[in-house]
Amino acid sequence: MNSIIEGRIFKFGDNVNSDVIIPGRYLIYIDRERLAQHAFEMLGDGFPDKLRGFEILVAGRNFGCGSAREQAATAIQGLGIKAVVACSFARTFYRNAINDGLPIVECPELYSAVQEGDEIRIDLAAGKIHRGAQEYSCPAMPDSVRKILELGGLAEYLKSQLRGVESAPVE
Amino acid sequence: MGATIAEKILAAKSGKSSVAPGEIVDAYPDLVMSHTATWRSASVMQRIGAKSLYDPDRLAIVLDHISPAKTEKYAADQQISRNFARAHGVQKFYDIDAGIAHLVLMEAGHVKPGDLIVGTDSHCTIYGSLGALGTGIGYTEVASVWITGKLWMKVPATIKIVLDGRFAGGVYAKDLMLYLIGKLGADGCSYKSVEFYGSSVPDLSVSERMTMTNLAMEMGVKCAFVPPDEKTAQYLENRLEKTAYRPVYADPDAVYEERIPVDLGELHPMVACPHEVENTKAIGVVAGTHIDQAFLGSCANAKYEDLVVAAGILKGRKIHPGVRLIVTPGSKQILLQAMNSGVLQTLIESGALVTNPGCGACAGDGGMLADGEVCLSTANRNFLGRMGSAKSQIYLSSPATLAASAIKGEIADPREFMN
Repeated sequence: MNSIIEGRIFKFGDNVNSDVIIPGRYLIYIDRERLAQHAFEMLGDGFPDKLRGFEILVAGRNFGCGSAREQAATAIQGLGIKAVVACSFARTFYRNAINDGLPIVECPELYSAVQEGDEIRIDLAAGKIHRGAQEYSCPAMPDSVRKILELGGLAEYLKSQLRGVESAPVE
Repeated sequence: MGATIAEKILAAKSGKSSVAPGEIVDAYPDLVMSHTATWRSASVMQRIGAKSLYDPDRLAIVLDHISPAKTEKYAADQQISRNFARAHGVQKFYDIDAGIAHLVLMEAGHVKPGDLIVGTDSHCTIYGSLGALGTGIGYTEVASVWITGKLWMKVPATIKIVLDGRFAGGVYAKDLMLYLIGKLGADGCSYKSVEFYGSSVPDLSVSERMTMTNLAMEMGVKCAFVPPDEKTAQYLENRLEKTAYRPVYADPDAVYEERIPVDLGELHPMVACPHEVENTKAIGVVAGTHIDQAFLGSCANAKYEDLVVAAGILKGRKIHPGVRLIVTPGSKQILLQAMNSGVLQTLIESGALVTNPGCGACAGDGGMLADGEVCLSTANRNFLGRMGSAKSQIYLSSPATLAASAIKGEIADPREFMN
């Protein structure tokens, strides 16, 4: 995963819960594409298809609240979304996103400054978001978390760790 | 400087003498709960290529959501979970007959004061009713804890909620929590630990404490605690040896981020309106709202005491002909108790359908809603489409309000049925 993420944003409001992101009836699936077909479908109004073509979600407070279902992060990735920027995240979604390889960034400042369709550029390592000449600060991602994201999530990270142990020279 | 309960438990489980809010530690949980999601964690473990568990005795598996299997896919998933438990010698395995994981594990004596417990369910916060730190994680992370025994955790700041006064008739722990969630908001306690204190707490039953720490999740908490006392000890008496646990208490000089006082005597029955739990109203505002279905179930309010409260109102009465009342006891033990005491008979005679124990309609297992239908539920979530159609509506209340409403066919004040 690149430390730089660029793309068009789609905007959500506050308290977008994980039941809305992916309804419980689809938790029998764990693959991105299948989950993405049903992401946000409860909202009607052309979801989830209207999200295709956007690369970044921007949301208000408490994004991903409610159920601890990991598929909320998986489904968003399946839509081709490369990052979520929110004023704040629910803690279960925050962890699941990292563990699933989806970059998330808390940046309350950005929310009111951007409109749907705007292009933004996120620099995860530097903790900066740019919209045109405007710059917004966000917490830089710790190296340990970036390592998990770079490998595509916690499972891949653990795999690499275990491989490391197994291939260590035996004295 | 003194420490809060969360700080003490996280310090103990990460081998440190003390920790501070904001600090990140590697903690070793005492118990890792996985429910219907178990097969997903098992498949992650397979993908990772790990062969063995850190400690099989720290795993607990309960097949509670969508049980018994509704489709071939669910059956196949449950088969993976069963085979996994057998292959790895997981003793704390409970099949589809047991009930909701949280309640089953507490009933079985697997939850001790001072424990750190993680699981594939956000309502793991309920373990704080017995003084344990419970919090939800995803299935990949559960697999990671199975293998490595640990996970990183951020030490939360703590908020103290002080309860004084006594509930008036018809007002319960559920009403207290709906009041608090409405007042503080869905992220009012985000990333925080909550500790309940005050002169009212000794009078609150363990069942009410379970409702409190369960619903606390809906204010965004990481964990919530009722400090263990006599009631806790009584609950644990036949489940655990007294020497098997050491309660953890906050120090007198522990630092709290905020102190929120509540006078229980001033509270009224409360209802959460669609489609967010924080959208709470006093009963008077929503009374008269038509309902099609009433669901008495979930880890929030399908304990034995909850069934007794509902039965107390429904005894000798019939539910409204336009209402479907679905009762899903939280666990097999609760079902048995309700059967032996006659509570089940009362509920059935009033017109209720009693289902097998488990998560039931709260997890979309039966009791789905059609377009335009309204359900009043004792569960903890009323999110858009959670129980069926995106055009249906879910309201949340206490078991007493639910029983009164089932009789009237509309949301009703339980105090009308109490003398």
